[in-house]
Amino acid sequence: MSLSLRSAVRLNLILLLIPVFLWLLLLIILPHIDMLLVSTQVKVRPRVYEFSFANYGEFFSEPLYWRTFARTAIMSIAATLLTLVIAFPVAYYIAKMLRGRMKSFLFLLCLVPFWVSELVRTFGWMILLRESGVFSNLFQWIGFADGPVEMLYNDATIMVGLIYTSMLFMVVPLVTILDSLDDSLVEAGYDLGGNAFTVLRTIIIPHAMPGIVSGCIVVFMLTLGNYLTPVLLGGKDSLWFTAQIYTQFITRFNWELGAAFGFLLLFLSSMIVWMGLKLSRQTLTETMG
Amino acid sequence: MTEQGPGGGHAPSYDLECRNLVCRFGDFVAVNDVSFGVPEGDFFSILGPSGCGKTTILRMMAGFLQPTSGDFLIKGKSVIDMPPNRRPINMVFQHLALFPMMTVAENIAYGLLRQGINRIDARKKVEDALERIGLPGSGEKKIKQLSGGQQQRVAIARCLVLEPAALLLDEPLGALDLKLREHMKVELKKMQDQFGTTFVYITHDQSEALVMSDHVAVMNQGRFEQIGTPQDLYYQPATAFVAGFVGDTNRWQGRVESVDRDTVKVITQDGVQLLATAAGGEALSQGSQVEIFVRPEAVVITLESERITSQDNRITGELISVLFNGANSRALIRDRHTGGELDVALPQTGEFSHLQRGQEVHLGWSLAHAKAFIQKESGG
Ligand SMILES: Nc1ncnc2c1ncn2[C@@H]1O[C@H](COP(=O)(O)OP(=O)(O)OP(=O)(O)O)[C@@H](O)[C@H]1O
Ligand SMILES: [Mg+2]
Repeated sequence: MSLSLRSAVRLNLILLLIPVFLWLLLLIILPHIDMLLVSTQVKVRPRVYEFSFANYGEFFSEPLYWRTFARTAIMSIAATLLTLVIAFPVAYYIAKMLRGRMKSFLFLLCLVPFWVSELVRTFGWMILLRESGVFSNLFQWIGFADGPVEMLYNDATIMVGLIYTSMLFMVVPLVTILDSLDDSLVEAGYDLGGNAFTVLRTIIIPHAMPGIVSGCIVVFMLTLGNYLTPVLLGGKDSLWFTAQIYTQFITRFNWELGAAFGFLLLFLSSMIVWMGLKLSRQTLTETMG
Repeated sequence: MTEQGPGGGHAPSYDLECRNLVCRFGDFVAVNDVSFGVPEGDFFSILGPSGCGKTTILRMMAGFLQPTSGDFLIKGKSVIDMPPNRRPINMVFQHLALFPMMTVAENIAYGLLRQGINRIDARKKVEDALERIGLPGSGEKKIKQLSGGQQQRVAIARCLVLEPAALLLDEPLGALDLKLREHMKVELKKMQDQFGTTFVYITHDQSEALVMSDHVAVMNQGRFEQIGTPQDLYYQPATAFVAGFVGDTNRWQGRVESVDRDTVKVITQDGVQLLATAAGGEALSQGSQVEIFVRPEAVVITLESERITSQDNRITGELISVLFNGANSRALIRDRHTGGELDVALPQTGEFSHLQRGQEVHLGWSLAHAKAFIQKESGG
């Protein structure tokens, strides 16, 4: 009886997990295996391919490629940190200073931009910032500028766009974790002689660390893999690595090099996340659990 | 009601002094004109039912809440405008609020480091403190690895290493189980003696307050009803609320029939005539509605009615049950005439150990032990 019950339970578990396995296998593992295979092929003659790591070699030998990658990684890290710095006070205010309706209202307000598609949102920025855009006209009207001001197509604009897109993914885990911080811990910190800075450093941040790390991982990955925002706001010179991958696959029909780039992106971003976890002394299970 | 400071008179040497503290939340008055002083080294308790404003007073003293009006002084100096981190008093929170991300030693060292003491001296003090609370060598443990009672002691040590002018404790035993609570009562008192610090202790448990305190303030609906030693409160309650809240008691309600100086003759709602002493300092007159309080141990119980003929009040009743508890055994007795129930302490001689259910017993008490208070409309 108990034996059959146990096997029934196990069968249920297996049935429940099948969709998850299928999803992993069909949508993640299989394409990646295929990508891996494609990335190690080199075209010698039309329709004749050979096994080789030349595609990977090209990434390191051609400065444009790895510099673009480094630039993408550094800007993504910077965007992640800036998002954190901006989102933390917002999250603290929502989680700790507000009660009841105001709290849910502000939380919802963070969500509103996501009702619009990313494309439309980014065009919104373009309407504001382009040469003949709202801000340019406003500045001329006030008298800040003599002629039209172009505010698109530079790194600062890319940064603003990336941070704007990422805010929600930082605010949500931060609000959740700060909500779970017992107010009396903060009060005890003050009571024992701490000031605002030491209480933040010794009590609030250590408590919020898992939320900070999980928010940072999500934002970093989204930024690194973002395509629309850097390309639309940065124009031709955005030099974003995903744009390189797009070029290889779509413009140059060089699927082999594109696949190699894809793999490098996956590997290097994993390395950066791993380093971030090491530096913040967090484990992945702690962060996600 | 009575607002004489503990120890009588107005000695200027109070460690802590609250003057006419008021705290309003919107229209609701949580703390209503409370004044008291705590002498140095005193164990001062604030005792009151849930929601009467105890925590609110403590939070005003710690500096987390700005009073609507009134003043708070530490060693004679007003600190009402001082932020909590600068006030030389510390608080033990209701749920302790130990920092879970730090070790025991880091918790205790927290305040020391904030004072700018160097790490080596701080470590010495922490080890010293761990020794004193009986947890030597536990410094590297995480908070979660300690038992409830041990966490309690760490929370107190964390404050006491700072040598505060006073320690504020908000129902620190509330979260413990009964057995540990009994043990910690003694422990807390010992710790206070050892460190020689003034304690302001909040509780809704009257036995905690009576056992540990030098002085107790009884609080009800935002006001202090009485401040005094535990003995004062027990034997000379100033108000009906104090008489009913501190210690166990039997109570009757009735109307004053006649007054002869301090002695009143009262007809209870059940039509029994009782003699009592007017208490509470308010003038009683014929027709006043009063409440009479009689402690269980003031009632003499006997099987032969002639042994209590000298008592001012006499009742014949039958035994409902004996609540045996060693030296604190009680008998529950039903009044023959009115059906009212009385709680009576049994003498420790054991002569009543064979009482039977339904057996007839005679009860008597003197009028000195029966206190009559004017009945308030919304009395507790
Ligand atoms: N921030 C606040 N806003 C509004 N009302 C409050 C606030 N804090 C406390 N109160 C009210 O003030 C009254 C006293 O609260 P307080 O916490 O001081 O009670 P307490 O005596 O400590 O009770 P307990 O024994 O349950 O802890 C309560 O009725 C409570 O609802
Ligand atoms: Mg309370």
